[in-house]
Amino acid sequence: MSRRLRWRKFVSHFMLTMTGLCALVATAVLFFILGYLVYHGGTSISWNFFTKLPAPVGETGGGMANAIVGSAKLLLLACLLGVPIGFFGAIYLAEFSGGTIAFVVRYAADLLNGVPSIVIGIFAYSLVVLPFKHFSTLAGGFALGLMMIPITLRSTEEFLRAVPRALREGAMALGASQWKTIASVVVPAAYRGILTAILLAFARVAGETAPLLFTAFGNRFWSPGWDQPTASLPVMIFTYAIAPYSLPVMIFTYAIAPYDDWHRQAWAAGLVLLGLILIINIIARVILSRGVAVPRT
Amino acid sequence: MASVRSAVSVKITPPVSVPTSREAQAPLVMRMTVAKVNFYYGPKQVLFDINLNIATNKVTSLIGPSGCGKSTLLRTLNRMHETVRSSRLEGEILIDNQNILAQDVTALRRRVGMVFQRPNPFPKSIFDNVAYGLRINGVKGSIHDAVEKSLRHAALWEEVKDQLHKSAYELSGGQQQRLCIARALAVEPEVLLLDEPCSALDPISTAKIEELLVQLKDLCTIVIVTHNMQQAARVSDFTAFLLMGQLIEFSPTPQLFTTPTDARTEAYITGRFG
Repeated sequence: MSRRLRWRKFVSHFMLTMTGLCALVATAVLFFILGYLVYHGGTSISWNFFTKLPAPVGETGGGMANAIVGSAKLLLLACLLGVPIGFFGAIYLAEFSGGTIAFVVRYAADLLNGVPSIVIGIFAYSLVVLPFKHFSTLAGGFALGLMMIPITLRSTEEFLRAVPRALREGAMALGASQWKTIASVVVPAAYRGILTAILLAFARVAGETAPLLFTAFGNRFWSPGWDQPTASLPVMIFTYAIAPYSLPVMIFTYAIAPYDDWHRQAWAAGLVLLGLILIINIIARVILSRGVAVPRT
Repeated sequence: MASVRSAVSVKITPPVSVPTSREAQAPLVMRMTVAKVNFYYGPKQVLFDINLNIATNKVTSLIGPSGCGKSTLLRTLNRMHETVRSSRLEGEILIDNQNILAQDVTALRRRVGMVFQRPNPFPKSIFDNVAYGLRINGVKGSIHDAVEKSLRHAALWEEVKDQLHKSAYELSGGQQQRLCIARALAVEPEVLLLDEPCSALDPISTAKIEELLVQLKDLCTIVIVTHNMQQAARVSDFTAFLLMGQLIEFSPTPQLFTTPTDARTEAYITGRFG
């Protein structure tokens, strides 16, 4: 074997190993996080976590029932705002708009998608919190809903565009109006993808913390109605994790070493949140892979 | 183009030379008339001064090499060209002496149905595919009977009667195309346009559809675009030959294939180009 050939074989093996390792690292990160969460959170999670309010400062035990309900309410509001606007906006974009308008809307949606979530939070703060003069579930849901719009819009648009033109023409050739064609053929043909897009947008905002910090704020108790500050899982994780550094000195002096317990609860909350997001993702994949696919032309 | 136009008005009269044809002696009724049509995609003109008469309950075929404008011409007949934003049509197209451009487009497409090059069933059941046109047009009552009738007309009923609620995608390509024909027939169109309906099918499915077309003549007027000259010769009563956006020759089919008047037609049908 010549030296040149040996060298080429070496390069080939080297590149194969290196790229393989990088792929391995990329996936390993997920499993490392999962494992770490399960290890720390799994031991701390208990029935109390789902049913009890947070324990008063200084005591151990308690749970995050209010944060779980709070997150659910926030996400419900986010969906009520983000899904219809994203969905109908996508229909306009994919079916009706001409080149320039589509370009502008798409570009704006992409930019909005790239706006740091904390900026969205500030925006919701000045638009909802300041006029009402207090933090509220409404403000938090508004911030999360804003984040859902561009994600839902862009991915729904992609799925609508993937519906073959032949199907649209088939419906129109039977005397269907454009709107009828969209409602009875295009959307049904794309509904799996659209549902997936909505679920992924939901999963994406379910873990958002920054936009909630000064909109929904936080609450150690139940938050009745929609106009009170509310606890949420991400903010609860944040608060509990940084507790030793952030709590006022007063409380600090009263507190008798609750931090280990708080950290454990934060881990448990992280596990619950990640579990939720994973489940949504898996459901989305299952929906997308099942049933008849519309053949591409 | 004057020569072409005068040629059309002469050629449209029924050929005395077709012997067995009983209908040939009956006076021809024109269902649709294309008059002085020019058609553009953006700045590009693709049809030049087309004049064409489409006889009721006959099969008219449009032949010509790729890109000659035959599909475009077909699509103007039910205004499907309007789905392309930059398109522009000049001239007149009449159905029963009424200008189609002045009519409501959805009403027109109910009268002038269309079957496409590739089977395009909706992602619905076989039954719902055929029922689609009836439902969107607000037909109430015995949809089932209408669906069965359409499937029988499309010679598909016997093959699918026990699986009407299965997805249309479980059918073979040829069955899917006949399903699309049934779907178009369900709204009882006066004219059925077919855009190379067999180009994606195998020879046996093609034969079935050709057989079907000849039977469907009694139900409606048929216009078919085809790449396949043998197909045009087998199924059609009249044939139009297009070349680079111009109608070169339009005659009764036997005449066009045996004694073409234009040298370009002869060159094409003898396989010298295209």
